[in-house]
Amino acid sequence: MSTIFIDNKQYEVKAGKNLLEACLGVGIDLPYFCWHPALGSVGACRQCAVKVFRDENDTQGRLVMSCMEGIRDGLHLSVNDKTAKAFRSQVIEWLMTNHPHDCPVCDEGGSCHLQDMTVMTGHDYRRYHFKKRTYTNQYLGPFIHHEMNRCIQCYRCVRYYHEYAGGKDLNVFAAHNHVYFGRERDGVLESPFSGNLVEVCPTGVFTDKTLREHYTRKWDLTTAPSVCHHCAVGCNTIAGERYGQLRCITNRYNSQVNGYFLCDRGRFGYEFVNSENRITQPIIRNQAVEAVDETSLLEHLRTLLTNHTVIGIGSPRASMESNIALMQLVGRENFYQGISDNEVFVERRIEEVMQSGVIKAASLQDIQHSDAIVILGEDIWNTAPVMALAVRQGVMKTAAQHALENRAIAEWHDAAVKEIVQQEKGFLANCTIGASPLDEISSSIIHKAPEDLARLGFAIAQRLNTVLPAVQLNDEMSTQAAIIAAALQKAKRPVIISGAGLYNEALIRAAFDIAAACKATATEVHLAYVMPECNSMGLAMMQASGFENAVLRASRAKNVAAIVLENDLYRNMPAQITDVFFNNCQHCIVLDSLNNATTQHADVLIPAASFAEGDGTLVNYEGRAQRFYQVFVPANKNMQESWKWLMKMRLIQSGAAIDKPCHPEEVLMMGEQLLPQLKGISTAAPRRDFRVNGQALPREPHRYSGRTAMLANLAVSEPKPKQDGDSPFTFTMEGYSGMPPSPLIPFFWSPGWNSIQAVNKYQEEPGGSLKNEHAGKLLFEYKRDATPVYFKDIPEAFVVRTDKWLLLPQYEIFGSEELSVYSKGISERSPAAYIAMSALDADQMSLVNGSLITVKIFEQLYELPVRIHANIPKGVVLMPSGLPGVPAMAWNSWVQIISIKL
Amino acid sequence: MISHLRTMWLVFIHLFRKKATIEYPEEKVELHPRYRGRIVLTKDPDGGERCVGCYLCAVACPVDCIALQATEDENGRRYPDFFRINFSRCIFCGYCEEACPTYAIQLIPDFEMAEYNRQNLVFEKEDLLIDSQGKYPGYNFYRVAGLEAGVKKKGEGEHEEKPVDVHSLLP
Repeated sequence: MSTIFIDNKQYEVKAGKNLLEACLGVGIDLPYFCWHPALGSVGACRQCAVKVFRDENDTQGRLVMSCMEGIRDGLHLSVNDKTAKAFRSQVIEWLMTNHPHDCPVCDEGGSCHLQDMTVMTGHDYRRYHFKKRTYTNQYLGPFIHHEMNRCIQCYRCVRYYHEYAGGKDLNVFAAHNHVYFGRERDGVLESPFSGNLVEVCPTGVFTDKTLREHYTRKWDLTTAPSVCHHCAVGCNTIAGERYGQLRCITNRYNSQVNGYFLCDRGRFGYEFVNSENRITQPIIRNQAVEAVDETSLLEHLRTLLTNHTVIGIGSPRASMESNIALMQLVGRENFYQGISDNEVFVERRIEEVMQSGVIKAASLQDIQHSDAIVILGEDIWNTAPVMALAVRQGVMKTAAQHALENRAIAEWHDAAVKEIVQQEKGFLANCTIGASPLDEISSSIIHKAPEDLARLGFAIAQRLNTVLPAVQLNDEMSTQAAIIAAALQKAKRPVIISGAGLYNEALIRAAFDIAAACKATATEVHLAYVMPECNSMGLAMMQASGFENAVLRASRAKNVAAIVLENDLYRNMPAQITDVFFNNCQHCIVLDSLNNATTQHADVLIPAASFAEGDGTLVNYEGRAQRFYQVFVPANKNMQESWKWLMKMRLIQSGAAIDKPCHPEEVLMMGEQLLPQLKGISTAAPRRDFRVNGQALPREPHRYSGRTAMLANLAVSEPKPKQDGDSPFTFTMEGYSGMPPSPLIPFFWSPGWNSIQAVNKYQEEPGGSLKNEHAGKLLFEYKRDATPVYFKDIPEAFVVRTDKWLLLPQYEIFGSEELSVYSKGISERSPAAYIAMSALDADQMSLVNGSLITVKIFEQLYELPVRIHANIPKGVVLMPSGLPGVPAMAWNSWVQIISIKL
Repeated sequence: MISHLRTMWLVFIHLFRKKATIEYPEEKVELHPRYRGRIVLTKDPDGGERCVGCYLCAVACPVDCIALQATEDENGRRYPDFFRINFSRCIFCGYCEEACPTYAIQLIPDFEMAEYNRQNLVFEKEDLLIDSQGKYPGYNFYRVAGLEAGVKKKGEGEHEEKPVDVHSLLP
């Protein structure tokens, strides 16, 4: 800690920071543009000027940019100095000479950092009477709208897109006062992290194009803290609603999970909530009038549930509450995971490894701070994009730390650090099947078949701990194993990443062995297993058997009624198996939010609330249980959370009356009793009766408009506000108006800070953790002294077969996830089905890119265009997983190529 | 006593004063142009809707009686998809007019809005939009705004230079 004096008042601040961070950290409003906690300082915008004095007797002082000046003990500075204030307001005035008269039609308005800073410096009247500079805009794809006139040349976009996220197609062009931020020519921004430009840009140059379709100002949104449902990382988001429609997703800062940034799938994948394909009405099929109301539905279910053997099919994309409620309803022995046995087997192993507590689960923060990363077999760029972004930061930060050793340069001094680092990188070994954008920052790049990757993993572990059995590898792989092992041996905070993506259990074991072997030399080892869907880990923790067992059960037992919970079984299982299941079930009750192939087979179809219309808890890949809150009450009363429907079904099954409502924490407590491994999950979020000074927390900001007119077309008398018994939130603007505790932040706002930059005010220090941060509940307990039990079962090496290819999934960030594809932009970015193979194999058959080949997979023929990749190992073909309209494949099976059309 | 007589005298001479009241409704009251009465949405000199759906009137409204939804035409011009004022809540404070950056929403000298049914006081865009520029003639927001919305091309607005040629290095 250092003592500094700001305007003659003494403050204790953290050493090693810069003056801007210090001022913001102690709550002083100091305007800035180019500085960003995640990007560091470059001193480009000249906005954060303060006066620094030689000592307490100095009255003259000198103007410095506070973001470029480090803290010195005993430093005297002045923020309110007349010259400094005049300087700052003149800088804004210069910036505004060219800023267009656009605010009323600018999507940034009301959450604009430039507006806030202009007001903060006091500039209010344009004195400049000459012409304004203009630019033409570019088309940047379905997510981002470009309006270049509004630019203030802070360079944040390029620094974020280029240096932070590793994108290549956004840059700065031209010279002097003509600089232009955009692409070389019109076209889609390629980086899957482009959506963050909306939040990084302090003005309205880059705005959210999906929000534009149904534009709403920030102050008019009803918002609630939410958790992203589009992959297993569980990024914290803020979801906003207006007029009964979900309007936008913004980032909810959290130092443990996603920090400042989201991926485009998470940010723009929300449109399924507003989809026309939503299920809106309970339906009982095969009767004269199929649409029914709640009473007759429950009456019908009473007979169904009491006269049949009821089995439940859980879901990796439904909340913990819903899965627990289903298990409670059907009984533990009648509950099945709605995924294939293969997947259950792999995920069970992951859960077992994490449960053993030998190795700590890696949060994204741990990954960002690691000094060596090994990725074993998981294409995280596509399955957990924000984790890939964290890996990139880990690599960059390690290089920066190496560069700064023995140098008196601060970490935040971005341009200087980049200058010293040049092309240096921290250690990253990317061992996957095919090429990934992470390859360009990797020190070791290995693309092999899954078994070979697992063998490589075991070989690395063996080099770290020679007690383990040796693995026979060829020279090339052996050298690579030695390089990776050497890097891990030197590392103090290594992270090993693997995942369930390839359905290969050996990879899971190999990753564990490496991590366990690292424990000897490293101070802290972390392990991350990427799971396929948002609540896969939660479902895996329920330790139920897979779908094939449910199929067996249905075909053996008579009189089976199945309840399928929010799960399109045709996406997870080959159609033949699923068809057998539906043919053998006497009745099928399906709860889901969207119509899909599975809901077609439902005898009873029940509309389920989406994440925005209901409460729930998700368990992310590291076993972190996080609560998402209902954003709005849908106009359609039939859309209720699945767990509410299931709890009602439980009551009518037991013959009790449905008299009092049930709440999420009660369901979670039931889960804790049923499954001891879920202990603590009910404490993941504050209880529903949590109040601050006796007040609930409002979902709407105090400037929310249109309260007495928005429904006046229906009835001029305003209805009673909706009540929320499940959470500490209200659906109005009434309630506690101060800063809510960290898991209950519905929006970031502070007086004078209307943009997302207000997050500064919610943090302990800029870029640090939130005040009283409570980032969910970690369900896996780390046992420091647990002795690792190594896996010694090493798989055989992969052998190329003649005329047969091993079929493996290729994940696509846009397209492979079920719900996000309903967004127009995401489906536009999603590729058409293809089959990818190695250049060596393609040469042998003289295939070229785009040749049509017919492959036979389990007696099914598929004709697909070929994509040739140099990096895919021989004897393997990849097909995109989960694209809409492409049926589920039997992964890890051998396929034949029947015919070729060149 | 004197006071009583004085009062009676004063009352008496008022009989010959000019009347302050009028025979309403046969006779109409004369209102000033800036009288804050019924709210209208005006059009710009080119006949386009002035409202750009910026939501500033809605947020300025102390009784929250304005609700709207912005949308865009094929040229990128913003306009309200719907615009609703609940006059049964309106207090005619004129904050909406003050907040309006495009002179679209204006209060006019008309107060004859009484209704038997309160529901009839909910005015939609069709009821609010008039074919006039109202009190502020000559202003077209899209001529002075930076963006291109079918009114003028980039760089052709008032006080605008031609768009920058990104390929040029000349000062």
